[in-house]
Amino acid sequence: MIKENYYISDYCTIRDRQVYRNGELYYKNLESVSIKSFAKEIYKYMELSYPKFHKMDELCKLGFLASEVLLSQREEDTSENTALVLSNKASSLDTDRKHQETIQHKDNFFPSPAVFVYTLPNIIMGEISIRHKMKSENAFFVSENFDANLITNYTKILMSTQKANTVICGWVDLDTNKYDVFLAFISKKGKIKFTESALNNLYKK
Amino acid sequence: MRNVYMIDDSIISPLGFSTKENMDNLRLNKTGIQVIDNPAIWSESFYGALLDTDKLFQAYTKISNDIHHTKLEKMMLVAITKLLEKNPKLNIKKSGVIISTTKGNIDRLKEKNNPKVYLHSIALTIQQFFNLEETPILLSNACISGGLAIAIGKRMIQSERYDDVVVIGGDLLSEFTLSGFFSFQAVSTAPCKPFCKNRTGISLGEAAASTWLSSKKENTKKETIKIAGDASANDANHISGPSRTGEGLYISITKALEEARVKSSQIDYITAHGTATPYNDEMEAIAFTRAGLQEVPINSLKGYYGHTLGASALIESIIARHCLLNDELLCSLGFEELGVSMPITIIDKNKKQALRRVLKTASGFGGCNVALIFEKVAS
Repeated sequence: MIKENYYISDYCTIRDRQVYRNGELYYKNLESVSIKSFAKEIYKYMELSYPKFHKMDELCKLGFLASEVLLSQREEDTSENTALVLSNKASSLDTDRKHQETIQHKDNFFPSPAVFVYTLPNIIMGEISIRHKMKSENAFFVSENFDANLITNYTKILMSTQKANTVICGWVDLDTNKYDVFLAFISKKGKIKFTESALNNLYKK
Repeated sequence: MRNVYMIDDSIISPLGFSTKENMDNLRLNKTGIQVIDNPAIWSESFYGALLDTDKLFQAYTKISNDIHHTKLEKMMLVAITKLLEKNPKLNIKKSGVIISTTKGNIDRLKEKNNPKVYLHSIALTIQQFFNLEETPILLSNACISGGLAIAIGKRMIQSERYDDVVVIGGDLLSEFTLSGFFSFQAVSTAPCKPFCKNRTGISLGEAAASTWLSSKKENTKKETIKIAGDASANDANHISGPSRTGEGLYISITKALEEARVKSSQIDYITAHGTATPYNDEMEAIAFTRAGLQEVPINSLKGYYGHTLGASALIESIIARHCLLNDELLCSLGFEELGVSMPITIIDKNKKQALRRVLKTASGFGGCNVALIFEKVAS
């Protein structure tokens, strides 16, 4: 059984055209006309310079930006052993539908590798890993709703078995213009004890 | 921490509807890959390993008359039922259930608003069919899903979340994935040829499989197979291209060996990912060589099954288990002449050989990799 205590050191949500960091409003743009433009506005606001961002699909952009916000104030090195434990409901369906459009009609058949590569939900973890050189454990779960029990339990397993020193865990969901992003950084330091109910409360906040 | 054992399994594939039938056909070096002329999947003929729909229907009607289940759900339900029938001691209601799939019912995406395209619908189907209290866990982690699901099951048993876990994996050969791999120019014009000089890409396949993991050794008969070590690591290099240095795979292998407390010289057999794309096989050869495994006999089973995506690493682990139990090596079908830059040892014919430990690896899009070490122990 896992006895050691872990903490939610930082957390971030992106929802309803607003970005929250540790419960406080970080950025909002209620005039954004699309997810694509909202993501670009966050990117500009954060003064990021990362050309790979522009190639990503919208799901990856949202997950990537949340991880940037989450890690923006962290000093410790994440590259060594920060695992990623992400989840969502719609998997990569948003891009799956785009790929499907390219093959739906035999007389208008134009599948593209640039779209197809994003038809897997774990690609978000690949993008975050590349950005921070994280050669670590990844797992992507799909559930109907945010499963705080599973995410908390599996994160603790990774940390207690030394498979990870720290973990970025959460929910990155996008389904036809509806999105919901919540990431938390779990480590041995922090003020909020890492429990299923604490994680669920921060997710619902 | 307590040990975790792989107790039993079942495979539903073009090579048979039980593990035994699959093993018999593998020993004969039969392949499930053939020319497919099916305009519903692809306008021209191509090589792939497709499950016989009539055979699936026959197997499925023995367990259910519900016409609403999709092809993939039928495959998975049959695979689990076969496992349960063979193992009256396995109580699935008290076990953790982990489903591994990359694309689920992706063939339904061409219909408008079919809720079956959501992956969790498969978890609900399995929950309802077996009357489970808990909704199964669903993992979707590209081509390593089947191997990572075993690793996660093992970790959950070790942490005492469950005493027993049933892992179920499956994916379809669909127009969706085929068109994507064609757009990458990654589909072979002949049955795929892993690690061979003449390899030109993958063949896709479809299958489902199921395995029972348990903390209780007494669930087995004679010799038993322990999951001695496992690890997964991201390349942090490219989302669709494998790392040139095999970085993530190398880290995975090293960490799995460490956990199993063995050296690379104590590995007797490797069953690799071996998709037969030029870059993947080269990357694996580099990672194996870096890990000091270049002299260990290696095969890829993709020449038998094609690439079955979320099922592949699960099926290959199950076959690794039987190879260990039977002290046998299976020929790497499709291989003629070494076509990677490192002198790795590809198995070119079936052999009987004493085996103690097998290394199973897988790598996938998103830069993910997994390594598992299976070890034979006396009961």
